[in-house]
Amino acid sequence: MVTPHAAGQPVLELKGIGKEFGAIRALHGVDLCIFPGEVVGLMGDNGAGKSTLVKIIAGNFPPSHGEIRFDGQAVHFARPIDARAVGIEVVYQDLALADNLTAAANVFLGRELKRKFGPLAFLDHKAMAARALELFGELRSETRPHDLVKQMSGGQRQAVAIARTRLSNAKLVMMDEPTAAISVRQVEQVLGLIHRLKEQGVAVMLISHRMPDVFAVCDRVVVMRRGEKRADKEIGDTSPEEVTSLITGAKEAA
Amino acid sequence: MVLLVRAAGMLPVLLLLCLGFHFLSDGRFFSGQNLGIVLQQAAVNTVLAAGMTFVILTGGIDLSVGSILAASAMAGLAISTIPDLAAFWLLVSVLTGLGFGVINGALIALLRLPPFIVTLGSLTAVRGFARLLGTDTTIFNPSIPYAFIGNGSLTLIPGVVSIPWLSVIALLVILVSWLVLRRTVLGVHIYAVGGNESAARLAGIKVWAVLIFVYGVSGLLAGLGGAMQAARLYAANGLQLGQSYELDAITAVILGGTSFVGGIGSIWGTLVGALIIAVLSNGLILIGVSDIWQYVIKGLVIIGAVALDRYRLQGSART
Repeated sequence: MVTPHAAGQPVLELKGIGKEFGAIRALHGVDLCIFPGEVVGLMGDNGAGKSTLVKIIAGNFPPSHGEIRFDGQAVHFARPIDARAVGIEVVYQDLALADNLTAAANVFLGRELKRKFGPLAFLDHKAMAARALELFGELRSETRPHDLVKQMSGGQRQAVAIARTRLSNAKLVMMDEPTAAISVRQVEQVLGLIHRLKEQGVAVMLISHRMPDVFAVCDRVVVMRRGEKRADKEIGDTSPEEVTSLITGAKEAA
Repeated sequence: MVLLVRAAGMLPVLLLLCLGFHFLSDGRFFSGQNLGIVLQQAAVNTVLAAGMTFVILTGGIDLSVGSILAASAMAGLAISTIPDLAAFWLLVSVLTGLGFGVINGALIALLRLPPFIVTLGSLTAVRGFARLLGTDTTIFNPSIPYAFIGNGSLTLIPGVVSIPWLSVIALLVILVSWLVLRRTVLGVHIYAVGGNESAARLAGIKVWAVLIFVYGVSGLLAGLGGAMQAARLYAANGLQLGQSYELDAITAVILGGTSFVGGIGSIWGTLVGALIIAVLSNGLILIGVSDIWQYVIKGLVIIGAVALDRYRLQGSART
């Protein structure tokens, strides 16, 4: 396996990130680098600081301390839109899709393609369906652009959500528990989707509780506990047993 | 495609009703004159129901359209009696409606109050304004400008086919609504807000703007409905005009297969729904059913028609 570190500059670099909510310290001194085409698993128990970290990277709120660098530039996100503008996309656990719309409409929601007729702009349904089909093809998903999301399986929904991130050419995709609520066969599909993203040079951060999925797809695993990063290891240098003991605190750090 | 099937869902019911009334009334239903009456009677409700479709597609409700219609008609008629401003009465009517609609929308979108409560409040408050505008009397204007839109017809083939202007307006409203809902970015965003508001927000859609728009459209079309009534009657009374029109509008939308929870439905369904209501009223009078039984039958047909629709679409969509 090619080590992505060789690729040079990290796409995302966190230095000493900390976050306090009043007197509560949610995060402390987190350093983290993610490289293009790298899949990093972010693990930790509930309350370990995973979601706080993800929300800081996604621009939901700013860190109290530390610096975020994206593509080598220091960045400050006031709103999620700012993070999206530089190329950070989050695929949420509940997927944030509109069930009543077609796959294509969901992929393009908020970024619709239009055709001008004088002063009027109408939707270009044909172009959107064609581009969506192309994106599903790249992801090797058999999702059809005109199908309603309501009728889709969990794996297909993930494909739609991921196609959204491809549309914007995101450089970092953070996925929140993408395999939590779907069948075993569909987990395979979703892990396949993560591989496609990796092939296209996208950095992926996989937030998951499912050890087998993390070990199946990630290059590296980062373990959080009590608001601090306790481990950051190549997947080949660790084991599910070690990660479990790091999550629970049986082992303090590695 | 799915929406087309849903819209067509009630079309057979409409056709069956028409055929049934035609035979029961000894062939009086399908006469040019009677069809003209049906179309004219459906016109105002169709316009209100089109606005209501926008609102219900976002998962909301607008109970105030009857009151807004009355207030707009009163405002228009009041202006039409001032010689220098008379020509602007139509515009004033429509803008009055738009104004009340935008206020509804702003309260719902910006203060995050439930649509049912806000529009229930304006149902009462705007009714008060309507009475205030005519100092609680009926305003007459037998020489109101543009009276033709209420009583004239557009002649398509001289002496053979003509359509009441009221129906032409209603059809134009339906066409423009279709264009907005199915062919513009705003339309997709309306469906998205109704389907999954948080997803819409995450996709960067300004949900508040969409909400103000739909309640604004509902108000604007209620204002247009008020103008249509004023032109037809040459008069308006703030207390009586438009009473319980909101219920007919909501009925038309629901009959048309639009889901009460939002996100699913079409404007063509609403047109069919409004026509069903008009055909029922007309047909029951034609076959000489008493006024009292008309109420009972109308109510039962509405429940039956929607039950049929649900049964047919079981599993694919729920309200």
